[in-house]
Amino acid sequence: MKHASRLEGTHLVGGSARPSAVRARRRAVRWTVIAVVTLFVAVVIGLFAGAVRISPVGIIGWMFGGGSLTEQQKAIVAELRLPRVVLAGLVGAALSVSGCAYQAAFRNPLADPYLLGSAAGAGLGATIVIVLGVADVPLALPAAAFLGALGGVGLAYAMASTRAAGRTSTSLLLGGVAVASFLTALQTYVQQRNTDDLRAVYAFILGRLGTSGWHEVWLALPWVALACGVLLASRRLLEVLSLGDLEAASLGAHVARDRAIVVIAASLATAAAVAVAGLIGFVGLIVPHAVRMATGASNRLVVGLSILFGAAFLILCDVLARTVVAPGELPIGVITALIGAPFFALVLRRSGGAR
Amino acid sequence: MHRFRSPRGLVLFVSLVAAFGVACASASTSSVAAGGSTPSDAAAYPMTINAANGRVTLDAMPTRIVSMSPTATEMLFAIGAGGQVVAADSYSNYPSDAPTTKLSAYEPNAEAIANYQPDLVVYATDPGDLQSSLDKLKIPALSEPAAATLDDVYAQMEQLGQATGHTDEAATQVSALKQKIQSVIDQVGDAGKGMTYYYELDDTYYSATSDTFIGAVLGELGLKNIADQAKGASSGYPQLSAEYILQANPDLILLADTKCCAQNAEKVANRPGWSDLSAVKDGGVVELDDDVASRWGPRIADLLQQVGDAVLAHAQGSG
Repeated sequence: MKHASRLEGTHLVGGSARPSAVRARRRAVRWTVIAVVTLFVAVVIGLFAGAVRISPVGIIGWMFGGGSLTEQQKAIVAELRLPRVVLAGLVGAALSVSGCAYQAAFRNPLADPYLLGSAAGAGLGATIVIVLGVADVPLALPAAAFLGALGGVGLAYAMASTRAAGRTSTSLLLGGVAVASFLTALQTYVQQRNTDDLRAVYAFILGRLGTSGWHEVWLALPWVALACGVLLASRRLLEVLSLGDLEAASLGAHVARDRAIVVIAASLATAAAVAVAGLIGFVGLIVPHAVRMATGASNRLVVGLSILFGAAFLILCDVLARTVVAPGELPIGVITALIGAPFFALVLRRSGGAR
Repeated sequence: MHRFRSPRGLVLFVSLVAAFGVACASASTSSVAAGGSTPSDAAAYPMTINAANGRVTLDAMPTRIVSMSPTATEMLFAIGAGGQVVAADSYSNYPSDAPTTKLSAYEPNAEAIANYQPDLVVYATDPGDLQSSLDKLKIPALSEPAAATLDDVYAQMEQLGQATGHTDEAATQVSALKQKIQSVIDQVGDAGKGMTYYYELDDTYYSATSDTFIGAVLGELGLKNIADQAKGASSGYPQLSAEYILQANPDLILLADTKCCAQNAEKVANRPGWSDLSAVKDGGVVELDDDVASRWGPRIADLLQQVGDAVLAHAQGSG
């Protein structure tokens, strides 16, 4: 996360020192600081809030190796709350950054991680594993979801690339929609043929943040980090791609190859997120747009900010999911949509719908 | 379900059972009559039953029953009407001689049901307005919806007994069931007072409050349900926060997800933070049969016995 701001900084320092560039750099620094602070606050809230009341003083004390927490409270904070905050952050970052990448790569504001059949593929993979009764085998479920997500995207890609027109963003999007419908239908079919497993399938699809621990964090972390790294490194590419294929080509970009890199990295992030957290909608769609509208920044900056704000957004949504009806839980997808839609409307209004 | 490799084999099996069943049914009716009860069962038709779905008229004793409810299937077999059942839905996996078919109770298909030429259909839920389709086909249907209390269970068994001509056997079974349940309650005595339990429906910690049927049954043992704190959350089946379960530290963890989600005591112990729970340390994790736990059939007494034994073991362990 710090990494992001440093990269952004050096890049801009290397640029010219015209007043507009100076303004852009100031804006980048300002928004990066805001994003980091927001994420920090979200993490703190995430640690302090929960179904069980535990004194913040005690938690801070525990973090510095002392404190007055009981063994039970320590277990709650260390084994449930902390990994859940970290995982929500990872998933939020992954979904947001891939949304940002898809939107730029396909020059389509409606593109989100669930486009291109990645979510449908993940759902199908998970359903098959559950139905086969091998969901118990370690890593089987996340691996199947992961492969399904990548398979969905691969299928969409293959479909679009067979067209004589070449891999235009439109044919890819259409291919994605077709693949998503097909895979969803397949998933529903498999599920309906095996209604005994309905509960397990729904439990997966509705999300598993509530039962996650460090295990899931370690499962998702490498992929999310890799994808975020790749997308951060190709943030200029995203800007070029978002200009359009012809313009990008005239600027010297290998459009097809560059888009493939971006799409693969974004799909990797989506797959990792879906594999550990189930299907959480809306985050990948609204966070990048909200960031774009609020900051007025270009994709170069939006990639990094999406990671930070996306992480903060999902951590806060998860706080609501586990506190609003405590000691009950709400599915996090309900919160992301309930909070996300009005918030999005607000940003849309305030920015006058600019970009 | 997997026993039937081909539909033809299934049909053959069903017809055999049906043929055998008819023979059995008449045999058992006559034996009841021989046992001293009035042979009025056969004469009672046509009869009208006041069921959950209104007044249902039966012209003759049903001999080709299609059960679209696993609970009803268990009840029908328990009261000696199993031989009259020609087909049961795909979930009806008990008793083992139940004529399980591929009929889906989730998406009931009136044509597929009619194909068995039933003279009575029993169902628990009616998601696709099966009732009106059956009305059009002039097939009488009885609704025996999910029970809220044990009294509902008894009433349903008696009603099925009345409808199928097994009134006396149903009455016998009901009183046996009542006795069994009472005996568990007596065995447990005060041991369950103040003991807390967490009832797990799946491995994302969905639970059932005391307002549900299973909660009410377990309440008979004097147990306290930790999900009751989350009553406002949803209609009897809240999803509990893992933090809350750890803090509540229930004396018993009742797993009703051993089949659906392959949970067991060992897996519970391996969940993050759960190893310190007293139920995990003291062997208070009880592995229930999902099917029994989610139905309201006569086997509920066995489930209650299993929990009662765990209560007694836990009381001895900590006392």
